[in-house]
Amino acid sequence: MATVTDTQHAPHSHKPSGLSRWLTATNHKDIGTLYLWFSFTMFLSGGVMALCIRAELFHPGLQFFQPELFNQFTTLHGLIMVFGAIMPAFTGLANWMLPLMIGAPDMAFARMNNWSFWLLPPAALLLLTSFAVPGGAAAAGWTLYAPLSTQMGMGMDMTIFAIHIMGISSIMGSINIIVTILNLRAPGMTLMKMPMFAWATLITAYLIIAVMPVLAGAVTMVLTDRHFGTHFFNAAGGGDPILYQHVFWFFGHPEVYIMALPAFGIVSHVIPTFARKPLFGYTSMVYATSSIGILSFMVWAHHMFATGMPATAQLFFMYATMLIAVPTGVKVFNWIATMWEGAMTFETPMLFAIGFIMLFTIGGLSGVTLSVAAVDIALHASYYVVAHFHYVLVAGALFSLFAAIYYWFPKMTGKMYNERLGKLHFWWSMVWFNVTFFPMHFLGLAGMPRRIPDYALQFTTFNEIASVGAFCFGLGQLIFLYNMLVSIKYGEPAPQKPWEGADTLEWQIPTPAPYHSFTEAPDLEVAENGAIRAIKGGQHH
Amino acid sequence: MMESSEQTHYFVPSPSRWPLVGAAALFCLGLGAALTVNGLGSGKVLLALGFTILIWMLFGWFGDVIRESLNGVYHGKEDMSFRWGMGWFIFSEVMFFAAFFGALFYVRTISVPELGDITHKLLYPDFSAAWPLATGPGITQHYEAVAAWGLPAINTLLLLTSGATVTLAHWGLIRGQRRQLVLGLLLTVLLGASFLTLQFIEYHHALTELNLTLSAGAYGMTFYMLTGFHGLHVLLGTIILFVVLLRVLRGHFDEHNHFAFEAAAWYWHFVDVVWLLLFVFVYWL
Ligand code: HEM
Ligand SMILES: [Cu+2]
Repeated sequence: MATVTDTQHAPHSHKPSGLSRWLTATNHKDIGTLYLWFSFTMFLSGGVMALCIRAELFHPGLQFFQPELFNQFTTLHGLIMVFGAIMPAFTGLANWMLPLMIGAPDMAFARMNNWSFWLLPPAALLLLTSFAVPGGAAAAGWTLYAPLSTQMGMGMDMTIFAIHIMGISSIMGSINIIVTILNLRAPGMTLMKMPMFAWATLITAYLIIAVMPVLAGAVTMVLTDRHFGTHFFNAAGGGDPILYQHVFWFFGHPEVYIMALPAFGIVSHVIPTFARKPLFGYTSMVYATSSIGILSFMVWAHHMFATGMPATAQLFFMYATMLIAVPTGVKVFNWIATMWEGAMTFETPMLFAIGFIMLFTIGGLSGVTLSVAAVDIALHASYYVVAHFHYVLVAGALFSLFAAIYYWFPKMTGKMYNERLGKLHFWWSMVWFNVTFFPMHFLGLAGMPRRIPDYALQFTTFNEIASVGAFCFGLGQLIFLYNMLVSIKYGEPAPQKPWEGADTLEWQIPTPAPYHSFTEAPDLEVAENGAIRAIKGGQHH
Repeated sequence: MMESSEQTHYFVPSPSRWPLVGAAALFCLGLGAALTVNGLGSGKVLLALGFTILIWMLFGWFGDVIRESLNGVYHGKEDMSFRWGMGWFIFSEVMFFAAFFGALFYVRTISVPELGDITHKLLYPDFSAAWPLATGPGITQHYEAVAAWGLPAINTLLLLTSGATVTLAHWGLIRGQRRQLVLGLLLTVLLGASFLTLQFIEYHHALTELNLTLSAGAYGMTFYMLTGFHGLHVLLGTIILFVVLLRVLRGHFDEHNHFAFEAAAWYWHFVDVVWLLLFVFVYWL
């Protein structure tokens, strides 16, 4: 560079201290940390609501909560887990890891990055305080279907505005991710070489930008139907409640991939690392991810088989849904092929990744079952569906997040986590997860509907089992919290590369990752999936 | 020596309080709006507070960015980031409008025809489907639709012309012809303002003489929601262009360095295209 004038450096690029470090952060690592802690807090609050649900369902009849409150718990549990826990956790990881993996100095828009984060606590506050307003929180289910959502009290309006704010947050976060990947990759880090995690977050971010505005439109129509006299979802004025479902699920189906693709990205790093083999079929992984980015817009009405759509539409959405299982299947086979004849070891991240593959596949298969329109008409809105999506969301998204946290914990904190506690956390979660959710398949097949506080007597035993499982599962998450807190403070110092098989860029820099990494872009020689062959230059401080 | 495309250093701003201020603003706006729509007076106070904080933040934040730009901290890479960022932002706006266009197509091709067909005769015996509707199946309000070839056609002309004037201004900017730049921008802002004035007159006409309101069923709601959100975007676009004009007058841009101008122009073209779709599907067909 001809002249490196001082104006090119931010005036104070050293580490700020105290509270203002977090409030005014422009550092991707700090902001990533904020995201992760926030999402864990939300995970616990959503988890408490889940336990309230499970406590009520332990026995038939009403024991603890009135049906109105029960419905508020289900609704807010879903909303908080989706928008408060899973999505921000992935954004937080992307914040932490993307710049390190592709050799960028930070996220492309560091200030906006902080705004994306700080919009989340106000939105969460709106959601949580809505329990206290007259009429309580929204109780229409996380899908906020009209005409339920066009009735209800003020809690629904708070939910609507919270969704607007979270939408703005995730759109800005996604713009940041896309621009960082497209514009800030270090020389040599080409698109068809970059890590799968980068690919996954890239496609995810694109999906978010495409569908969060549609959700904003949907809830805006609910708002105007509620307060400004429109009839979008009311036949009296020429509208239709089914219209809500179309608009919502045009958002909603891509949303499930928004929670799944980053998980695929994470697993595509953890499996090769601990199998000590390069990822099998990197290129096909990229194409599978990209094709999901297109196909996921063409399947939304598989959530609406029970609404009386024309048979041709049912057939179309049924086959399109089965088609989208193909790229997902490609990935599962690629991961298995990666492990094949690998020199595998089973540290905690690997355990969670393998657990992910097994359980996500079960969730995927129950999904394919549900995609058969004739079957779905029987199983729609039953506990079978609850079982299905918890296999992909808890054992899928959440397990992959645990894998990621354990995997990158040394790089983030400079300390090793406690392996024994990590393994305990895994096995504990694995067992109790299945105890909780596997019986729900049977409940659904036997006809127990979801979103009810009371049920017929013959469902009692399986509900008891599920409730016991849920409480144990929930308790087990405290092992994780304890492990994190103690290890951050007292953990063994971690080496630069604690995992023998890890080969992406973040393992080439010191541990813990320096506050500012790659302030000068390094020159890289890269193999598939972001594996670093040679590295020249690149400064940190 | 390296070209700017091989620039190895990227500007990372120092800590800033504006994001936090912006979050506070949105919290006030969200809570304020929720209270207001439920008729609670305190909501208005919060809304006002939220807007004030938001405007304060916008001045502060954009002020910082402009200062950084003038100090020369942005180079090719930063500029490229801004361009990508604006492009994806506009894409998100496109999808927001897509939701409302989707609703429009749905009521026109599915729900209204179905409500008028034989299966709904028991429920709504007197309703016959048509577009534009003169009334809803279950509401008593009668209204008239807005004619395409009056003010809306003039507005189409205004916006199309403004698309041309902003391009003229752009040419003026890259060729260093300041007069053309200033004049083109000024004309664009004036055309935007005239569009808004005409739309205001049109709304007044629709509300008072055609009896067309937001609650007038499928036609009224899609009409007002689509043209209303579009109008808000024209308002925003006009304000942005006006700010850019002020910055031009202060000599902020040169033929290489004028991202803000281009972003405003892209936004303006986007608003323009949405209007064309509105004209065809809301007013005309
Ligand atoms: C701690 C473990 C969890 C337990 C024990 C649990 C339990 C439950 C139960 C019992 C229901 C439904 C009840 C009903 O239909 O009446 C439910 C609904 C739901 N859960 Fe979870 N859940 C857990 C974690 C998660 C996670 C991590 C997500 C991630 C996104 C999630 C997303 C949802 C959604 C979207 C619903 C649907 C809400 C609705 O019906 O509107 N859950 N959960
Ligand atoms: Cu779906």
